[in-house]
Amino acid sequence: MITAIAFYFFSAVLLLSALCVITARNPVHSVLFLILAFFNAAGLFVLLGAEFIAMILVIVYVGAVAVLFLFVVMMLDISFADLRKGAMQYVPLGILIGGLMLAELVTLYMAWPAKPPVEALPMANVTNTVHLGQVLYTDYVLPFQVSGLVLLVAMIGAIVLTFRQREGVRRQKIAQQVSRKQADVISIEKIPTGKGIG
Amino acid sequence: MTPVFHQYELGFIWPELLMACGAMLLLVIGVFMKEPKAYRFVLSLSVLLVAATAYFCIKSIGVNPQELFNGFLTINNLTQSGKLLVITGILFSLLLMNKSAEHEGFARFEVPVLLLLAGTGMMLMISASNLLGLYVGLELQSLCLYVLAAIRRDNVRAAEAGLKYFVLGALSSGLLLFGISLLYGIAGSTDYEYIEMFLAKNPVQDIALTLALVFVLAGLAFKISAVPFHMWTPDVYEGAPTTITAIFAMVPKIAAIILIMRLVSEPLALAVSEWQQILIFLAGASMLVGAVAGVVQTNIKRLLAYSSIGNMGYALLGIIAGTQAGMSATLVYMLLYMVMTAGLFAVILQLYKDGVIIEKIEDFAGLGKRYPVFALAITLVLFSIAGIPPLAGFFGKMVVFNAAVASGHIALAIFGVLTSVVAAYYYLRIIKVMYFETAENHVAILRSLSACFVLVVTLAVIAGFVFAPDHIFIFARDALALPAR
Repeated sequence: MITAIAFYFFSAVLLLSALCVITARNPVHSVLFLILAFFNAAGLFVLLGAEFIAMILVIVYVGAVAVLFLFVVMMLDISFADLRKGAMQYVPLGILIGGLMLAELVTLYMAWPAKPPVEALPMANVTNTVHLGQVLYTDYVLPFQVSGLVLLVAMIGAIVLTFRQREGVRRQKIAQQVSRKQADVISIEKIPTGKGIG
Repeated sequence: MTPVFHQYELGFIWPELLMACGAMLLLVIGVFMKEPKAYRFVLSLSVLLVAATAYFCIKSIGVNPQELFNGFLTINNLTQSGKLLVITGILFSLLLMNKSAEHEGFARFEVPVLLLLAGTGMMLMISASNLLGLYVGLELQSLCLYVLAAIRRDNVRAAEAGLKYFVLGALSSGLLLFGISLLYGIAGSTDYEYIEMFLAKNPVQDIALTLALVFVLAGLAFKISAVPFHMWTPDVYEGAPTTITAIFAMVPKIAAIILIMRLVSEPLALAVSEWQQILIFLAGASMLVGAVAGVVQTNIKRLLAYSSIGNMGYALLGIIAGTQAGMSATLVYMLLYMVMTAGLFAVILQLYKDGVIIEKIEDFAGLGKRYPVFALAITLVLFSIAGIPPLAGFFGKMVVFNAAVASGHIALAIFGVLTSVVAAYYYLRIIKVMYFETAENHVAILRSLSACFVLVVTLAVIAGFVFAPDHIFIFARDALALPAR
């Protein structure tokens, strides 16, 4: 009973906030609604018993992705009104493509073959966080480590494509600064009265 | 079954381990050095590293087939031979890159490092025996290549090429993932062996399976730039620096072709009629577009893009045949294609006009008089690509057509022969421009020893193939000798 209420509550708020994401006039509001949508989706995952995915959703999507969106929206000077201006002309095409994909999905659903045999997970009595922890470095060690390499490449790529060594930038060189001698940089001159130096 | 990780399994993936860890080590070394020196040092170390990888890869050909990491990797003769091809391609790329990267202004130590990581990804995707493992390997290599395409960020065309490659590559990854999820939904697992067993037990061949295959093969067709998923190829080839174009033309396609080969011969072995019709369409369309669209090109890089599209069509012929002979024919074809492409780029990357590598076909004018040796080398390579006997390219085409005919795809083989005649026109046109046209502003040669070395090796293979064809044929036959599992 409570589960059902929670499900409908989360679903309704999720759908409404998703709708608001694309209809809100202010882009910052859009991002905030997106965050709300993520939270509700996380709630749905908890109801499914997938608490790990729920946590990841909150940490990664709310904590990182949505904040990044917010950064981009606030830092870039994009006129969303201008962006929206031409959008209406794509509506027929969008409806066409959307309709085609819907038709494909329906076809697939109708023609879906016998359900594949799903094996019960081994060690079903532990929570799925524990279970994931047990297989991540054992059964799935290879894809896990390769994903790490993919992230490394993303990092290298970002640095290679954006980092440029500029000419004429004065950097702090602490060792050099500390080891300067007084005699190297300051000279004390006796200034003759009425003449000056220079 | 409790989750386990056996350390002895690491002993079977020496090539991958060496390349991945070596790349990371070189990255650290490069960071501590100043730029022009860092590039040269890291490049020469990575040549050594790739040579060592090749050694371990050769050593592992012929060991008993292995299933590793809970079924994520398979080691057998086909995978190891495929990896050897990829490693050779990477070695050629590194040698060709040596001077030309400096002339093109992107001599940074990250470039060889990214290439090594791309090689790791390719080896992993060749060896994968799980759709999940396949995807991470594929993504690792693609991501490296996106960065390489955009490496000259300040150049508008290179940035456009990188962006185009990235966006379309992401789209193709999406298609592939969608297909994989459908396959998972049908079979209940992403494991190759499990999918094969499922298809054996449930021989209902219905629309869902076809749709899944369409998406998976469409995603992979993007990677080998088969028509109708070829649109990015000419633009990316043209926009990327020529040194990087050479890499794109040589290496990633081998990995993707071998991946397709393993997919259709292992998990999808029983869905022959489904994948065959898709591949027949891809091959036919690629051969046609590769031949016809290449005729009107004036830019050598765009021309080579269409040439590679056509060549992928021929390579697919052997896979369509579905026989062991067909698969080994494709392996021979890919090897010769890589060698010939390396030879062609080894020359192009040394030809400069006004300080940049030549791109227009008309720039070849007068080369026959000024640099007869280089012109002769280009002529040999082009004759070989066009498929003129007794050069190697002819035999490559012959074995794939032979395999297609033997398996009953006679019409497709005849179509292939006809398109290869059309394609011969544009290869021969370059030779004509070289010998029979004159130009005022001449091309200069900035000689690079390592590129010359690649040229000599490839010429030796192209011209010497007819005297000792056995080695390559035996290599390809042995790769397929054991049942591929």
